[in-house]
Amino acid sequence: MHVKQISIFMENRAGRLEEITSVLAKENINIRAISLADTSDFGILRLIVNKPVDAVEILRKEGFTIRENEVIACVIEDRPGGLHSMLELFAKSELSIEYMYGFFERHTDKAVMIIRVNDPARAIKILLDGGVELLRGEQVYSL
Amino acid sequence: MKYKVEYLEPDDLKKLQLDRLREVSMHLYNNVAYYREAFNNLGMKPSDINSLDDLGNLPLTDKETLRTYYPFGMFSVPMSLVREIHGSSGTTGKPTVVAYTENDIKVWSEVMARSIACTGGTYQDIIQNAYGYGLFTGGLGVHYGALELGAAIVPMSSGGSKRQLQLMQDFKTTILTCTPSYSLYLAEFAESMNIDPKKTTLKIGILGAEPWSDGMRREIEEIWNIKAYDIYGLSEIIGPGVAVECEGQHGLHIWADHFLPEVINPETGKPVAEGEDGMLVITTLTKEATPFLRYATKDIVSMTYEKCPACGRTSPRISRIKGRTDDMLIIRGINVFPSQIESVLLEIEETEPHYQLVVSREGALDELEVQVEVNEKFFSDEIRTLEALGKRIKQEIENVLSIAVKVKLVEPRTITRSEGKAKRVIDKRNI
Repeated sequence: MHVKQISIFMENRAGRLEEITSVLAKENINIRAISLADTSDFGILRLIVNKPVDAVEILRKEGFTIRENEVIACVIEDRPGGLHSMLELFAKSELSIEYMYGFFERHTDKAVMIIRVNDPARAIKILLDGGVELLRGEQVYSL
Repeated sequence: MKYKVEYLEPDDLKKLQLDRLREVSMHLYNNVAYYREAFNNLGMKPSDINSLDDLGNLPLTDKETLRTYYPFGMFSVPMSLVREIHGSSGTTGKPTVVAYTENDIKVWSEVMARSIACTGGTYQDIIQNAYGYGLFTGGLGVHYGALELGAAIVPMSSGGSKRQLQLMQDFKTTILTCTPSYSLYLAEFAESMNIDPKKTTLKIGILGAEPWSDGMRREIEEIWNIKAYDIYGLSEIIGPGVAVECEGQHGLHIWADHFLPEVINPETGKPVAEGEDGMLVITTLTKEATPFLRYATKDIVSMTYEKCPACGRTSPRISRIKGRTDDMLIIRGINVFPSQIESVLLEIEETEPHYQLVVSREGALDELEVQVEVNEKFFSDEIRTLEALGKRIKQEIENVLSIAVKVKLVEPRTITRSEGKAKRVIDKRNI
């Protein structure tokens, strides 16, 4: 139930993001989900792509500072309260979320939340027990 | 107040210097192994010194020498005679250590009193001393000089700008002593408090401990409506009070009856012609606890022996500091060596030993930014982990440097690698 996410350390300077997208475009790598966290000095770009193994290899080769992480992809209903019912499960179990971001999946009309937690195994169990649909890596990459 | 020794005929000054040079050389030969060896290596005894030129044969002493003999190896008196110990930044973690006997404190008081007097200060002045008190010699040096002169001293130490300005107005301060950049900062701060710096009772600024320019002097004089004088000193020689400007403001009179100056070519070690740039080398003629023969200041100056057309003093004059022969930076009056920062980073495993220092002047005050490459192995994709790392590096560096720095984490391999000596410092200050 783990999904591979690639994080890239970026200095805050004009054109840096474009350098990353240019590498990905050249290698025919498609971005499934993207999130950018930033501070005044640096940013962290988090990506889920269709070919994570290739992406890691090429980004590293191009000299980017990257890290691979396992995240969880939860399907939620695209309706008011959809996210809330999932977060209730986390709150009840006192499980904290490091960060999350979402995207909309056009084939199924559902929203997908990417979630990073400290204890993924426990989170997966709680989510499954709570009836939340989780996507496998391959499912996300091929969306 | 006039000190006759500042007006000696050149030959009389030379005679006084030679007598004192022989005396201090004898003292060092008898009490400090480093200097005894230096004389022995030359097959020379202090009694063989027949002219000031003979000094040129002796090796230079510098911060490295002091580091080798840290902490007390260069002391030439027993600790029972030491009254005060000071230190300044070493090139790595350890400071350079200097000591003062009772007589050294008297000499320090005298040269500092002479320095204040040289700028026009008298016993009637109220001196607000905003140099830091502590291990740094700035604060106490000025303090002793003011006591000796008989002026009233307000020992403010550095910082606390609001209080500085409040008391300056209430006490009717006439002389301000601090770094030039702090005097500018204080003026800006005054304006933000709706105080017109031009309307204070201040008439003289005795400013030093960092390089500055005539342009900056004009700015300071204009904004405060005062006369601003450059003062020079370094802890290894005595602290502040080694040289100072007179009302002519063209060159700093060096108190050559206590500090014998030479200006040499840093590469060849040979003396340069009068008026040419070179490294200032000073021999302390009267110090007792830690006298040094031929101390390499690493400061680039030129020097003239011409009688001062403005004040008539015959003591030689050095120019403003024109540069350094090493990579030392002076930030807010504090000496900083890139190697100090490097030694901190080497202790932190999450970073690469690649770094760059960017010095800039934000408003009136210097800012030091340390750019550090993050090690890929430790790159976390959580902001708080990286921020905690940045904070830790900042604290470790500040512990060593004693000044606030800004730490910026940068991507690995982004700091320019250069062939040979790395370009570690980008100084954006226009001074």
